[in-house]
Amino acid sequence: MEYKTRIRAEKGKQELFITREFDLPLELLFKAYVEPELVTQWMGSRVVKLENHRHGSYQFETTDPQGNLHIFSGTIHEFEPEQKITRTFKMENTPFDVQLEFLEFEAISEDRSLLKMHVVYRSVNIRDQILQMPFAWGINRAHDLLQAIFNL
Amino acid sequence: MNLRRDVFQAIADPTRRAILLLVASQSMTAGAIAANFDTARPTISKHLQILTECELLQQEPNGREIYYHFNPKKMKEVSDFLEPFRELWEERFNKLETIMKKYKNKK
Repeated sequence: MEYKTRIRAEKGKQELFITREFDLPLELLFKAYVEPELVTQWMGSRVVKLENHRHGSYQFETTDPQGNLHIFSGTIHEFEPEQKITRTFKMENTPFDVQLEFLEFEAISEDRSLLKMHVVYRSVNIRDQILQMPFAWGINRAHDLLQAIFNL
Repeated sequence: MNLRRDVFQAIADPTRRAILLLVASQSMTAGAIAANFDTARPTISKHLQILTECELLQQEPNGREIYYHFNPKKMKEVSDFLEPFRELWEERFNKLETIMKKYKNKK
């Protein structure tokens, strides 16, 4: 099976690339990034603030199943409709420094589009930690499962 | 209690990942592997034991020495530790696509 989402993260670098082809016209893909209601639906986060213009800022928040509140925020540095968003991204109350994100939107055809994300981290170490987070969650889930079995 | 070792647990450790990378390029004895690390020899032995238990490494006697081989078949099960990160984005983007298709049809 061919994956639609591709990740490129070279060893020893503090950046990564995410590319994804969408079965959507460029207009709709871009809309998913700027309409708060739509952002909420696909990101699963509440949109507290989303100022879609140069020097604007944004803030999203989400509550995890344990009831903890997570806040994500950043500043928008470039905003070119249906072309480009450059912004910073920060997970509040985490040791991770702010990251820089370049989002580029392209039309492939009338009803297909491409998103290219280039993310730059403060250090190689931070990038690697963030890359491994979902992997670590997987391990924790496995641990929890084992624990649950032994506690029976 | 000796739990059955899990592959994911085995590669969660940075030293063990370094050992795997090392042995992947050529089979080595425990001594040769340990020479690449500042860590105490018994610690490396423990790591080798864990990697062997979960079959990421295989032991093969050669004369009086035991060589550790990398087992690519087992590693394939893990495929890549980037995979969970990729899946997370894939899931998110699939959702975006579904939601926007519905949005288009509603208009």
